[in-house]
This record gives sequence, C-alpha cells and structure tokens, in this order.
Amino acid sequence: LTVMPMAANAEPSNDAAELIKKFTDGKEAAKGKITLDLPEIAENGNTVPLALTVESPMTSDNYVKEVLFVADGNPNAGVATLMFTPMSGKAEASIRIRLAQTQNVIAIAKMSDGSLFTERKTVKVTIGGCGG
Amino acid sequence: MADKPRIKLPKEAKKGEIIQIKTLVSHLMESGQRKDAQGKPIPRKIVNKFACEFNGKPVFSCALEPAISANPYIQFDARIDEEGTFKFAWTDDDGSVVAAEEKIALKG
Repeated sequence: LTVMPMAANAEPSNDAAELIKKFTDGKEAAKGKITLDLPEIAENGNTVPLALTVESPMTSDNYVKEVLFVADGNPNAGVATLMFTPMSGKAEASIRIRLAQTQNVIAIAKMSDGSLFTERKTVKVTIGGCGG
Repeated sequence: MADKPRIKLPKEAKKGEIIQIKTLVSHLMESGQRKDAQGKPIPRKIVNKFACEFNGKPVFSCALEPAISANPYIQFDARIDEEGTFKFAWTDDDGSVVAAEEKIALKG
C-alpha cells in the first residue's frame, strides 16, 4: 500500500494553482471541449481510472498539443502532462492515478493555436491512496 | 524495471486508420511519500517519462508524477498512414530506460 500523509481538509492546499498558472502562462482557460471520465466514487485511491477525450480534428494545423492534469488534494498536485501530435489521430488517452482523499481532478488542454480549455471532476475517495 | 513491458496494438491497419495502443510496464512507482518500518522516508523512484514514436516521428508522450499508480498503464491512439515501427520508451528516475518496439503493416 502507498502511504501518503493526509491533508487536513479537501480545500486546495497544494501547488495546484501554481502548476496551472505555469502551464497557462496566467491566461484564462475556457470551459468545454474536454470530457473527463472518472468514477464519482473511488473505493481505492491507489488506482483510479482516468480517461480523457478532447474535441479536435487533430490535423497538422489544428490539434491538441498538451494536456495538464492536477489533483488539488494530493500532497503534490502534479499528476501528468500528456503531449499529443497530429499523428495521435485522436486526442484521447487513459491512465490510472493515485488520489489521497476526496478532491478535484483538473484537466487543462493547450491547443496548437494557443487556446486553452479546462474541465474538472470531483472524485469521492473511500480509501485514500494513503493507506488510511 | 526488469519485466518486459506489455504492449497491445493491431498487427495491421488500413491506411489512415486510427488505432488504439495499450501499454503497461511493471514498476513500483515509489511516490517518495511513504516511510519505512523505522519511520525513515522511502526515496522517490518513479517512471517520470513515457514516449512513443512511429518511424522516428513523435506520436504521443507524457511526463508522469508520483500520483501515477504503480505499474503505469497508458492508453492512447495513433493514426497509421504507412507501415513501420513503433518505438516505446519508459524513463526511470535513476536514468535507466526500458525500450520496446512493435511493427505494424498496412492492410490490403
């Protein structure tokens, strides 16, 4: 089992805001284009399936470049940064993540024209990826 | 990372077809947050990068953090315009790299 210290509450207490600011260069991200598939309730925070779809034609002049994932209630907010190319064909990916407690998973997509989109989802964690 | 990574993709595809690729590599993904029986922190040791290229061109890659589950599973897509070879690489915190290759042919 993975043991992570539990944060005192579910408020963003980690570096989520800083990571997002660094990724977006302080620009505002619009809502939309992103679909996040995450369980509403995760019984085991050690392995939570996360599937991403971003609406995009994925052509050489219009594609999704990067997607940042952060978790605002983990000891460290960083989860992963995915880098797509037109050769990806689709801006879709699945990974499995650790969540220490109930919190929000936030995705921000950066398109080839520099525009930004965001989506978030709350996951209730019954047994944290923290052994507790 | 002693075990061979597991990779699942079709053997052949039609020109222009988008295929799905599933990968899994055995790795503890030690988060750096755990403590041993003596209460000493166990140092972080994770796979921090995964990359896939096709015929030398980047298809998909990702930077990974300790919040990725043990035995990282990564699924993504690739558009096939020609036959060729996929190269996959997982980079460990200690600098070691696990590499794998898979070929794909064009149908018909």
